[in-house]
Amino acid sequence: MRKILLVSLLLLGLLTTGAAVAGPDSTVLLNAAGATFPNPIYSKWFDVYHTQHPSVQINYQSIGSGGGIRQLLAGTVDFGASDRPMTDDQLSQAKFKILHFPTVLGAVVPTYNVPGVTGELNFTQHALAGIYLGAITKWNDPEIVRANPGVSLPADDIVVVHRSDGSGTSFIWTDFLSKVSDQWKSTVGADASVKWPVGLGGKGNEGVSGLIKQTPDAIGYVELIYALQNNMTYANVQNASGKYVKASLASVTAAAAGAAKAMPDDFRVSITNAPGPATYPISSFTWLLIPAQISDGAKRDAIKDFLKWMLKEGQSYNEGLSYAQLPKPVIAKESKAISQIQ
Amino acid sequence: MGSTATTIDRAAPHDAGPRSFVSRLRDGDEVAHLITLIFASTILLITIMLVWELWVNCRLSRVQFGWPFFTTSDWDPVFNHFGALPFIYGTLVTSVLSLVIAVPLGLAAAIFLSELAPRRISDTISFMIDLLAAVPSVIYGLLGIFVVVPMMRTVIGPALKHTLGFLPLFKGPNYGVGFLTAGIVLTIMVVPFIISVSREVLLTVPRDQREAALALGATRWEATWKVVVPWARTGILGSVFLALARALGETMAVTMVIGNDPKISASLFSPGYSIAAVIANEFAEAFSDMHLSSLVEIGLVLFLMTFILNGLARLLIVATERGGGHPS
Repeated sequence: MRKILLVSLLLLGLLTTGAAVAGPDSTVLLNAAGATFPNPIYSKWFDVYHTQHPSVQINYQSIGSGGGIRQLLAGTVDFGASDRPMTDDQLSQAKFKILHFPTVLGAVVPTYNVPGVTGELNFTQHALAGIYLGAITKWNDPEIVRANPGVSLPADDIVVVHRSDGSGTSFIWTDFLSKVSDQWKSTVGADASVKWPVGLGGKGNEGVSGLIKQTPDAIGYVELIYALQNNMTYANVQNASGKYVKASLASVTAAAAGAAKAMPDDFRVSITNAPGPATYPISSFTWLLIPAQISDGAKRDAIKDFLKWMLKEGQSYNEGLSYAQLPKPVIAKESKAISQIQ
Repeated sequence: MGSTATTIDRAAPHDAGPRSFVSRLRDGDEVAHLITLIFASTILLITIMLVWELWVNCRLSRVQFGWPFFTTSDWDPVFNHFGALPFIYGTLVTSVLSLVIAVPLGLAAAIFLSELAPRRISDTISFMIDLLAAVPSVIYGLLGIFVVVPMMRTVIGPALKHTLGFLPLFKGPNYGVGFLTAGIVLTIMVVPFIISVSREVLLTVPRDQREAALALGATRWEATWKVVVPWARTGILGSVFLALARALGETMAVTMVIGNDPKISASLFSPGYSIAAVIANEFAEAFSDMHLSSLVEIGLVLFLMTFILNGLARLLIVATERGGGHPS
């Protein structure tokens, strides 16, 4: 009896010291929470990384960017993830310094259901802002007709569709509209949910595309990934150079490269309406939010190693899941920034 | 008779008066009393904790907006200005609309099943109705998107405009989604509750009541409508309020078909928004503290609405009992 007690006490002691010291043999469990948009690629990464490094397990909950930031600030997760950079105000609320690391790129595309129109439409920046402000109400408005020579557009009322659930997709879309329209910026602004001047709300990408499919003369926006995976027709959008560009993984990476030159050191940058002739203007980074000081050495090493892996090998999994890769200058800049984690 | 005698015999040696605490404890009475009391009070405790949590967590928006939160219709997460009126309006309109359609429908069905249909048919149909009540709401939402919305745009909407288009209720563009569609989907969801409960209540009405009415020369319908239904009035009202509670709190099915546009409009075709829907939609991605706090406050508003409506329901039941109906 006493022997059993002794052995179990010994085992218990070993276990607790093992957890506290976290030697090379023990498992490092990292908790993370945040954005839903990059969830498929994050799941893939964390899974592959775990098979290559069995001692590190990363548990990611895709609860939304807002929730991810809140949990990070509350200290209930080891790192967060967000579809938009944290604001100065939020960073000042934090008890510790938080670093941003761009991981992948996403884009948002306009999609529509206009009776008689089967091809890809072109939209000027002014047209998209006008439609979503409720200033352009007919499909045969000169602003739309001028960009689409040879296409016969009906004289019907435009039915505007937007996301009803708060989402990074809406943030990217409204961020773009804020950059191209002063009126949008001053009256509506950019956020995951905004006060939409016009339109119906659909829940999720599937809710928006469902409404568009069922409603003649509707226009809406969905994630590029969703449009690609469902073979949807989507429009070309005029970029900062005045060119009409179709969203693709290449044109989204080009947008990031266009913005990379002016990339701030903390990586908090919006790349909507980025300069360059080949850039798709409604693109965005998504970020991992990582505390600059991590007291637990094992966790710190695991996070730093994962970031290095993500920037090299991890990027090769992107295209299989329809995410655009980070451009090389951004990867180089991020690799240097990893050393800031202490 | 024998059992009564033995109890008296057993009690006799102790005392002639009320049994002592120890003996009641030994018999299990006191234990059962305590345990059930604890379980019952957890309900009260959970309710109080719920209200308390909501109250504390919406402090920011309570202080900022005060009472105008209930009367303004601005919901702007960017400029941090929040008013709940369009959501309260949308919740009330869709719930009332669903009851307006569901009550006559459900009551008529329940009367048929309990009074007129052969027992076997009645039991089969009731079984299916109970199944309907257990279908998850997201399924009803999908049904709404793929069946009710297109029907609304191509059949129901144009027909209503053609016949009743002069009413402000049926003016304006018809997108297929909106108050009326949400009301119809809610009707489909709550009607099983009304039928199921009302049928059970109608079946408990004693045979004598029907037979007495028939003996007095009433027709079968008169006996049902003037004697059986009034007798079961309390239970039927209960089923209606159960239905109302479900309609008020319904989230997924409503958000999929209501259009999610926080506007107040007299037209039933126009898109709207409900309280439960906006919480589900915006809570996860609420970025600013004020936005989150306002969502919590609107949750408190929904709680209060249910509370007030349930209170009114109790009053109504008391009032109808005073006016007649069955004695118990």
